[in-house]
Amino acid sequence: MSSPEFVYVTYIETTPDALWRALTDSTFSRQYWFGTEFRTDWKIGSPFALVMDGKTTDVGEILEFDPPRRLSYTFQHVLDDELRNAGATTVVFMLEQHGKFVKLTLVHQGFVGAAAVKLLDGVSKGWPAILSSLKSLLETGTALAIPTSALGIEGL
Amino acid sequence: MDISKFKPETVYTIYIASTPEKVWQALTSAEFSRQYFSGFAIEADLRPGGAFIVRAPDRSEHIGGEVIICEPPHRLTVTWNVNWPGLVEALGRTLVTYEIEQAGDAVRLTMTEAHEQSLSDDILSGGRQGWPAILSSLKSLLETGKPLSVKMAPPTRMLAALKAMGIEVP
Repeated sequence: MSSPEFVYVTYIETTPDALWRALTDSTFSRQYWFGTEFRTDWKIGSPFALVMDGKTTDVGEILEFDPPRRLSYTFQHVLDDELRNAGATTVVFMLEQHGKFVKLTLVHQGFVGAAAVKLLDGVSKGWPAILSSLKSLLETGTALAIPTSALGIEGL
Repeated sequence: MDISKFKPETVYTIYIASTPEKVWQALTSAEFSRQYFSGFAIEADLRPGGAFIVRAPDRSEHIGGEVIICEPPHRLTVTWNVNWPGLVEALGRTLVTYEIEQAGDAVRLTMTEAHEQSLSDDILSGGRQGWPAILSSLKSLLETGKPLSVKMAPPTRMLAALKAMGIEVP
């Protein structure tokens, strides 16, 4: 049996290039991703980190960088001991143009073992908020004001 | 109706810059649904036992159902049965629940599609493909005043699976 994964699809009225920029530029991510910034040179094999309010929350490695179609990195949470033990997971973003819209598909996979259950729960609650906010930012110019405490994630 | 035996198979969550009341109105009125749901009109008699219909642009009843739980503007549970001949008999009934909650300045809308019978991923692909498009469009409509007209067709794998079960698909 395959391990569980989280899949999320959203349609955004934008261009693949603008969406790609939003997925890879901290000027955008700060607005839609709870203040998160990217630390990476985006070269395949390079280290990758997510930094929130000066604190590194997740680290990984760039796996794919094919603008404006496909982006992938590994992702290991480092702040919380329990979540760190879940090990590295993999995030893939796929962008497809559908007329005036872009279909964005996110697949987050590699949740193996008991320690990954809590991580999968957090990821399943976090991504819809982040990607909804990204859609709002690209369509209206304003990201959503959702406090992380409203996500229903244990310990956040 | 005992809804506890329905098993959740598909969950989709989306956050919208709006109010619970406006999200409720968008989910329950034909005026809004025609805009974000490819011309389909939602006609809901909003009380337990009331009729729930999704009418296609050609006026036919695409989906027929019944309101099970109605707690405006926070929770709506309805049976959601596609009116293709023999479909409900073969697949059992479908239950759709919308939960609407305030989350900061935004609203969290969670859609859960649950089924009476265990169904294959091929059959479930219809909902899994449809909901993100419908609810992305609803979000755009409420936030920008303009829906997304995403062109949708039933997934090939779902149609093939239905055909293999002897269900006539239009």
